[in-house]
Amino acid sequence: MRVLVGVKRVVDYAVKVRVAADKKAVDLANVKMSMNPFCEIAVEEAVRLKEAKKATEVIAVSIGPKASAETLRTALAMGADRGIHITTDLRTDQELGSLSVAKILAKVAEEESPDAIILGKQSIDGDFGCTGSMLASLMDVPQCTFAAKIDFDASTVERETDTGTEIVKFPGLPAVFTADLRLNEPRYATLPNIMKAKKKKIDAKSIEDLGVELSEGNEVLEVFEPPPREAGILVEDVDGLVDKLKNEASVI
Amino acid sequence: ASTLVVADLDGAAMGPSTLSAVTAAGEIGGDCTVLAVGDAAAAAECGTVDGVSKVLHAATDSYVGGETVAGAIAAAMASGSYTHVIAASSNLGKNAIPRAAAKAGASPVTDVIEVHGEDTFVRPMYAGNALAKVRNSDAVKFMTVRPTNFDKAGTGNSAAVEALSMDADAASPEFVSASQSESDRPDLSAADVVIAGGRGMKNGENFGMLETLADKLGGAVGASRAAVDAGFVPNELQVGQTGKVVAPNLYVAVGISGAIQHLSGMKDSKTIVAINKDKEAPIFSVSDYGLVADLFDAVPELTEKC
Repeated sequence: MRVLVGVKRVVDYAVKVRVAADKKAVDLANVKMSMNPFCEIAVEEAVRLKEAKKATEVIAVSIGPKASAETLRTALAMGADRGIHITTDLRTDQELGSLSVAKILAKVAEEESPDAIILGKQSIDGDFGCTGSMLASLMDVPQCTFAAKIDFDASTVERETDTGTEIVKFPGLPAVFTADLRLNEPRYATLPNIMKAKKKKIDAKSIEDLGVELSEGNEVLEVFEPPPREAGILVEDVDGLVDKLKNEASVI
Repeated sequence: ASTLVVADLDGAAMGPSTLSAVTAAGEIGGDCTVLAVGDAAAAAECGTVDGVSKVLHAATDSYVGGETVAGAIAAAMASGSYTHVIAASSNLGKNAIPRAAAKAGASPVTDVIEVHGEDTFVRPMYAGNALAKVRNSDAVKFMTVRPTNFDKAGTGNSAAVEALSMDADAASPEFVSASQSESDRPDLSAADVVIAGGRGMKNGENFGMLETLADKLGGAVGASRAAVDAGFVPNELQVGQTGKVVAPNLYVAVGISGAIQHLSGMKDSKTIVAINKDKEAPIFSVSDYGLVADLFDAVPELTEKC
């Protein structure tokens, strides 16, 4: 089985983002960037399949600016075998939308013919949460989204739902999987593996070279910060708290 | 406009998030048709929602996943003319809307919190730390709406139910089993009350104290990333940007300092209570009621008195 795994470079989860002065986007200047946390889970799942000798090759793909190569290196240091970097100068948090990303990934999948494609359930910048389902749709394959556990021997996936989890049996591979939080706990890349990753191959090509026509129906008119939450009050003791919750907020 | 609202069904009943999706459709305007995939009684219930002119019922006993519902949306679009396809940002909506949009060559607008006319919507990005006003130019606009931002539509209507035939999707998985959370506690993402613990809880056993309080208030237990990273509780309890985003009526943060990534996941809660012995903790800047106290004294006392 060959596994294609998507990795996205996003603003680090611990950064408090600020809206740029022109109110057209979030300011990305001098902001710490990292691999999208859900993509880390996807890479971990793919690498574990390799370690369990179920996957023969793990290919990491990233779409983004030059610096996305660093994110690919992280995936290689975690254990992916090689990388594909689709380069673009478009902002991947809002200019390059999920339909375009799905089209690019579908093209990469056509060239690489993986058996399983594992993506994060969403990226923590744009927060659309669409790419996995849209890629599966374009490829006409099952979408095993919000995966909490994947069993490739039984062709089953345990999925997060609104009220708990469910187990479904997917008709077979190829299929697209999206990683939810409890699928696994991703490893940290160790120094020796980071050194080894430098020797692994990353193929870079532009979206134009790939021959994909972008289509974007969404135009961001304005980006703004939500109204701040007004600071509340300090209560003296538990009695004071219970009183406020009962009589003022009426929540208990 | 002419909207197609994809209903959330819960077995033989209509899911309440459908009512919010119909309200969002009403804000766009025009005619509203509801698409119900699954049980007939649930489809009939969709006809009672005010503002609905017609219900399309695609009957199936099989697993209703994104593949099947996207197929039903395509069948509905072939049988009628719609300008918008709308669903709640539920499991069903999150699976079906992008799949159907890709088939139609459209770019979905997800998690909409405000409707500004037929083509302009506000949606959160960066876990709600920024809001984007987005204009969509697709011929048919595909969107999911966040149920907590739209009032529930009233009921009492009696719209006609029409059968819709759809083709089975070969890619659709089969249902095997479902498991609800082990306890009687409500699911974290849907709970009215959430009691969450942080690093200040010191260990996993102490979370028992929060469970007792949660049970008394009919709520769920959550945790900060710090508590999950420290191994106190499993990561499915994590509230935050990389965990679950919750917006209950009451959120009680116990021993949580309030890292930005945690605040992103809970700041839309209606009433926020913080209990922390560090009066400088950032959590107090977003809380309605703060109590500077040792949680090991305050939580048992609160449990007894509330």
